[in-house]
Amino acid sequence: MEQLTNNKIKTEEYFINMGPQHPAAHGVLRLLLTIDGEIIKNVDPDLGYIHRSIEKMCERDSYQQIVHLTDRMDYLSSHINNGAVCLAVEKALELEVTDRVKVIRTIFDELTRLASHLLWWGVMGMDLGALTTYFYAFRDREMINDIFEETCGARLTMNYYVPGGLMFDLHPNFVNRVKKFLVDIKEHLPEYDRLLTGNVIFQKRTKGIGLLSKEDAISYGVTGPVARGSGVHCDVRKTHPYHAYDRVDFEEALFTEGDTFARYKVRIKEMWESISIVEQLIDNIPEGDIKVPTKAVIKLPKGEFYQRVETARGELGVYINSTGTKNPYRLKFRSPGFSNLSVLNHISKGGKIADLVAIMASFDFVIPDIDR
Amino acid sequence: MMNIPLSITTTIHDWLFSIMPEGAATITEWVLIAAAYLALFAVAGLYLVLLERKVAAWFQFRLGPNRVGPWGIFQTIADALKLVSKEIYSNRKVDKFLFNLAPYFVIIASLMAMAVFPFSKQFQGFDINIGVFFLFAVSSIGVIGLLVGGWASNNKYSLIGAMRSGLQTISYELSVGLSILTMVLLSGSLQLSEIIEVQRTGGWLIFQGHIPAIIAFMIFMIAGTAETNRAPFDLVEAESELGAGFHTEYSGMQFAYFFLAEFINMFIIASIAVVLFFGGWLSPFGITEGITWFPEVLWFIIKVFMIILLMMWFRWTFPRLRVDQLLTLEWKYLLPINMVNLVLMAIVIWLNITL
Repeated sequence: MEQLTNNKIKTEEYFINMGPQHPAAHGVLRLLLTIDGEIIKNVDPDLGYIHRSIEKMCERDSYQQIVHLTDRMDYLSSHINNGAVCLAVEKALELEVTDRVKVIRTIFDELTRLASHLLWWGVMGMDLGALTTYFYAFRDREMINDIFEETCGARLTMNYYVPGGLMFDLHPNFVNRVKKFLVDIKEHLPEYDRLLTGNVIFQKRTKGIGLLSKEDAISYGVTGPVARGSGVHCDVRKTHPYHAYDRVDFEEALFTEGDTFARYKVRIKEMWESISIVEQLIDNIPEGDIKVPTKAVIKLPKGEFYQRVETARGELGVYINSTGTKNPYRLKFRSPGFSNLSVLNHISKGGKIADLVAIMASFDFVIPDIDR
Repeated sequence: MMNIPLSITTTIHDWLFSIMPEGAATITEWVLIAAAYLALFAVAGLYLVLLERKVAAWFQFRLGPNRVGPWGIFQTIADALKLVSKEIYSNRKVDKFLFNLAPYFVIIASLMAMAVFPFSKQFQGFDINIGVFFLFAVSSIGVIGLLVGGWASNNKYSLIGAMRSGLQTISYELSVGLSILTMVLLSGSLQLSEIIEVQRTGGWLIFQGHIPAIIAFMIFMIAGTAETNRAPFDLVEAESELGAGFHTEYSGMQFAYFFLAEFINMFIIASIAVVLFFGGWLSPFGITEGITWFPEVLWFIIKVFMIILLMMWFRWTFPRLRVDQLLTLEWKYLLPINMVNLVLMAIVIWLNITL
């Protein structure tokens, strides 16, 4: 009898390194998983694999140069990141940009959000094993990239916004191409629903997975679509309007289920809202200057300045501590990905490995945004 | 009936027996047949890979391979040459013997199953009277290769993949087996050529008007896709979860064996489906019944490719199931339905009614 109990088959927990090179991490995120069979007991994110000390570099650079560094953080919402720094600098200088700049910035921000969500949709499907979504999404994202390329010459690191306005005026084709794109995307989005959203397997894989309650979302500082999927009213475009968001009519996407499918629905709805915002503005871009002249060397007044914007991933905050010189004394980015990552362990415990992949896909991490 | 494959094989047979003693001629014939099947295996595997890539491209508004040869028809051959020339590499701490053994389990299981394929009336390597049983038995050897390969790799991702493949194949084999049994009840034979001959007079089994046959076909397609570890049941090599699953550590030709075996298994499942449900080499409505020169093997191939296209359609449109959902589907839905279906079919045969 004693021998029998001694020879009993034992199971034990084991560690797995998910990343830094892993197909589901979308970059160099390293997750130390403690696993019992297929069930996840603990998720321990290990950061720093793509840390480039952007905040420290900002202390060395002039304010015009800082704008260029922000492209490299959340590279999928580079226009919005650029806008955050520009807005912070303009706020400090008490500079009022023209209406034309405000409207163009709003259109560009929304197109960026659309492009980012399109990429997320493709990758979400891919993470769940439906590879075709990736190509559907990239077909449409390519059109947005072409529009951007025509006006600002870049497809990923835009550098289009500068403190005080914009770098160039719009390309003459811009309005027509955006209108054509809007027609196309409105045809394609229902296709997406038919391909993925309505799929039984997809719904089984996402409904009730990674439940995040409203209280937890608030206490972990989660923002963006992830928080809105849990019913937290946190859209900076609504709560603290910037650019021209106070003059457009749009709805904040809010769902209360708090699971992976709710986060999915939030982003799909945000795509429709972005389309509607662009539609409202594209026909009446006011005439005016594209840049309010600033000095060649911008010196901010002494003090602390903070500006928050809504990127495709959540709330991006830019904190500038200036001593009155041409460089900031300290510059801090409050990136959405970092706060969102902190809740990962809490909501993926007890799930399967496949659930963790689905949850990570629904969080839409961009690792350079987390590490900076 | 003058048939092209028949005339060729008869000529070779007569020629061999005229130039050497009987024993030697028989052995030479065996070797020739084995070589022919090996060649068929390689060609079928490679071109299924190409077909998959082309189908995937059509689904995704791409062109697919189009650089090597016209429409890329030599692409997979170039890939195979590359894989042959690559170093077979293994990590320091793998179990060398099992690691090197595993790919052969997989490939041999697939190859042996091919022996009993009824490509046409004259073109069948080995027409035993328990053909269905043999196919089913042999194709289940493959899972040993996956388990051994995943275990010997000494990699946790491979191990998870291997364990998943074990539970998946063992579970879904029940459904495959039971749906095959349902059709064996209807046709009244285990011999593959016999099953097809039954359909010459009575019509294809799926179109004989029996609902249990249609249910059996659906279950067979689901379970068959799971058996071949293809999407939406590709948990074994779920790339977004496990990298490449059980074959993460394999390189060169060893990897190619795993890779080709997957496609050959798809061919096997499609062939079983064609034999059991769609009349094997028989032409639809007997349109080429009277034409003596028409190679019946063509009908078989066309039907098999139809089924394969269906499986590829699954793969490129469905997301992947989770491991517990996979087991729920099998043990809570497919298996009970299948058992009831088998009993239903037995009643249908017993009372001689059409349901």
